[in-house]
Amino acid sequence: MKTTRRGFLRGTFNGSAVCIGLPFLDCFLNESGTALAATGQALPSVFGNWFQYLGLNPGRWVPERVGDRYENKIELAMFDPWKPRINLISGGYYHLDGRPVETHRTGVQIATLGGIPTGRESGASLDSDIADVIGRSTRFQTLDVTGTGGRFGISKRAGAAYKPVEASPSALYRRIFGPEFRDPNAEEFVPSTKALAKSSVLSQVAEQRRAVMRVVGASDRARLDEYFTSVRQLEQQLAMQLEPPAPLPACAPPPTFAEGAEPGGEVSAVERNVDLFGSLLAHALTCGQTRVFNVTMNTQGCRKAGSTQTWHGYTHEEPIDDALGYQPETTWFIMWANRLFARFIDKLANTPEGAGSVLDRTLILWQTDHGYARTHTMENVTTMTVGNAGGLFRTGRHIAIAGDPVTRVGLTVQQGFGVRVSEWGSLSNRATRPITDMLI
Amino acid sequence: MNKFAALLPRLSGLSGKRGAVALLAVLAVLAIWFWPKTENNAARVFVPQEAKALRLTPEQYKLVIADVFGPQIDLGGRLEPGMRVGGLLTVGASSVSVTAAGIEQYDAMADAIAEQVLLKESNRQVLLPCTPQLVGGPDDECARMFLSKVGERLFRRPLEAQDLQAYVQAAASAAETLGDFHAGLAMSLSAMLSSPQFLFRIPVVEEDPARRGGYRLDGYSRASRLSFFLWNSAPDGELLRAAGAGELDSPRRLAAQVERMMASPRLEEGMRAFFNDMLHFDAFEGLSKDPTLFPKFSRREMADSQEQTLRTLIELLLHERGDYRDVFTTKRTFLTPSLAAIYRVPLPHDGPNGGVEEWVEYEFAEDDPRAGILSHASFTALHSPPGRTSPTDRGKALREILMCQKVPAPPPDVEFTVVQNVDHELHRTVRQRLIAHSTVPSCAGCHAIMDPMGLALENFDGSGEFRRVENGEAIDTTGDLDGVEFSDPLGLAAAVRDNPAIPSCLVKRMTAYAFGQELTQQQRGYLRQMRIEFRERAFQVPELMRAIATSAEFFQAAPPARLDVEAMTAATAR
Repeated sequence: MKTTRRGFLRGTFNGSAVCIGLPFLDCFLNESGTALAATGQALPSVFGNWFQYLGLNPGRWVPERVGDRYENKIELAMFDPWKPRINLISGGYYHLDGRPVETHRTGVQIATLGGIPTGRESGASLDSDIADVIGRSTRFQTLDVTGTGGRFGISKRAGAAYKPVEASPSALYRRIFGPEFRDPNAEEFVPSTKALAKSSVLSQVAEQRRAVMRVVGASDRARLDEYFTSVRQLEQQLAMQLEPPAPLPACAPPPTFAEGAEPGGEVSAVERNVDLFGSLLAHALTCGQTRVFNVTMNTQGCRKAGSTQTWHGYTHEEPIDDALGYQPETTWFIMWANRLFARFIDKLANTPEGAGSVLDRTLILWQTDHGYARTHTMENVTTMTVGNAGGLFRTGRHIAIAGDPVTRVGLTVQQGFGVRVSEWGSLSNRATRPITDMLI
Repeated sequence: MNKFAALLPRLSGLSGKRGAVALLAVLAVLAIWFWPKTENNAARVFVPQEAKALRLTPEQYKLVIADVFGPQIDLGGRLEPGMRVGGLLTVGASSVSVTAAGIEQYDAMADAIAEQVLLKESNRQVLLPCTPQLVGGPDDECARMFLSKVGERLFRRPLEAQDLQAYVQAAASAAETLGDFHAGLAMSLSAMLSSPQFLFRIPVVEEDPARRGGYRLDGYSRASRLSFFLWNSAPDGELLRAAGAGELDSPRRLAAQVERMMASPRLEEGMRAFFNDMLHFDAFEGLSKDPTLFPKFSRREMADSQEQTLRTLIELLLHERGDYRDVFTTKRTFLTPSLAAIYRVPLPHDGPNGGVEEWVEYEFAEDDPRAGILSHASFTALHSPPGRTSPTDRGKALREILMCQKVPAPPPDVEFTVVQNVDHELHRTVRQRLIAHSTVPSCAGCHAIMDPMGLALENFDGSGEFRRVENGEAIDTTGDLDGVEFSDPLGLAAAVRDNPAIPSCLVKRMTAYAFGQELTQQQRGYLRQMRIEFRERAFQVPELMRAIATSAEFFQAAPPARLDVEAMTAATAR
């Protein structure tokens, strides 16, 4: 006789609210693999996208050698401890194909969507495509945060608007670990009657909701499709409250959470919030809440306290120091932001899970919007990957893709995560060959 | 027609070919003579667009809930942000959907509202029109009574019988599971509040008997379009009744409804919503000012500065039926004590117990450099970076937001080293630094259309406070706007007021706001007609709103795709 957790529970409490001490049985393991940690098997892979605006300084980051014996230059030296787990990709282009560059927008579009959209409609960002493969069974398909304030991130579905981002760590804490959170390691499981009732209500009015599809035009239909996709995630979240989650020994959510700083661009607030987001995302991953996250590091308002100028302003307006050969204040921000990212990597690496850490099963794609922000260039754009996603990728190399579109990296990452895509991008940004040096 | 052609030579006293030629010449002269008037009355070029579903804006959501359930319902929490298209969030509402993160927010908000309405005794006594026979379980009759009434208001049309039955059944099964009638009913109400029929304004089109092959919005969709345009909220009971009775198809009865709506105090809410959107006041949410540089400009002052501008606009445009162009030169405004501190003006102490009223009407002196909304902190502070001013940002905002002109994006690979260094020994003021920057040819063109206006506002620092010097140098506020020269902010205000792009832009934004779409080239005749109406009605904004709301084009729609026609027929039959 096949026993499912749902069947077991239904038979046991028949929908009423009771507390049950649950023995751990193999038959309770779900199909998605979130429970595998308990069995010593591999945990599912994780994808993260870190988008850092404003690029780096030419001449201060491209290593002299390609391959696995390269030496980091000064602006990437803070990543030395993680060098064996990093791929550094240099020489990539964002091709404009005659279109005007919308500064700090076009580069983002090419990096995340594979090209510059025409009209208002565009495809999905690559994290959404990856989430469709690895994130369908988690409570949150993606978690989207910003370290610098603002309301929109870099993630979107095809034909849809950009997803809102969470700028407040405490709000994210409540969202993930609030009353709806089900601790996978709890001794007792109390199924939520509210979730049961709500699930039933949604199911009973599903046809009434669907009726709108019969009266709207074609373009509205695509938008409402996104609405119904979102509703499915909500239904999935309700379903998760009705069955005990598979045990995840590494999951230890903080019972309370420190208040973050007021979201914004002032550097100390950014540091505090990014560090807190790092902790929260690490906890969310160990507790199986998501497998895809996006961190947006917008820089428009990034500045030191009391300073009249922002990082973005400095890139345009700061003279190059003759002795140094670069813009000193701008470079201070570049180094600061890179150190913040290094701390974020540390956070994942220091979050134990199984025999290793969360970083072991993660790949973070680090991207930026311009090669050299001072002059808004679209060439020699820095791109990095950190981690091998549980063995899906080869790492530790400096790879030069001179003149090729940066979308080759996006194509490679998608293929590594199992997205069924042989080409990615549009016009000159269409990538037809993955970077085989990165793939297993 | 033939008779008329034969008559013409006789009337002219000539005959044959010569007569015909002479008459044609006369007619040509007459046509040219009357051309301007003919253009004024030209048939409006208007090819309807596909009517699109619009997601409720957060403000609309809030107003609808207050209208249906009362202002006591607390809407703490945030909703998914909008997207600005064509200068308006309202237009962007036809491009956005509900993301996975967004549905969580809508769902949580729906639960919170439903619980307040039905689980809070004081609200329930007023809002629930019946008492359930069984508090611990379902009562279909009572649930039907409530859901039918509330559903009509939330969905902006009566619920079909089977749809109502589904919500009643949902309430019943939830009541059984939870052992509580009210909690079950709250679940069903919550489902309504997170349904697409509530979150989106879904247009339903039907054949237009007045135009062969043409389509128009059905009565309830007309009511919604009118109501969200004029009140920024859902139709009230009377408008829904008129829609159900087909009264909105009659121009006379439509005009009467518009008249009623325009006489309502809710028109102020509608006008506020429009200007909030047009002036990009949503950007205040992301605005930050360095407290060490601008200690007077905190969150409170940010909120007050928006309210100052909205109060100024409503007073002049709605209460006094003033000329829209005067909002750029008016010396009259409203201030709070904290704004008065920023503007460095004494506020009359005429509040109770010798205190200061929260909002006080104030008139700047004739020689005061402040006049019009461009001198408000809602413009000067909103369009400045956190720690300084930016004439370019302000000039760009003026061009794009108030004149509807697009400033091109900066070209790639621009050399910026000469731009601005606030500590530069030679270029001590922004003007000097911008002049240095404009020596770069590829930058000069665009900066020439932004900077001169922005520089005239350099007397106002990043928080809107007045200053005469920057880094020890006197600020030069001379400049020009499209050939009109000025020497200070007051001169700029006058030049803006008289610029023809100002009223044209208002008409463009107002029509796009009303339709929920930017008007296309195929609708330019209508746009031109509205510009004429606006001018002929002394640039009174409410009159422009009335002209749009009563125009036939406002309710026309493109034919649905073939597939949609079939589906629509099936849906209607259902």
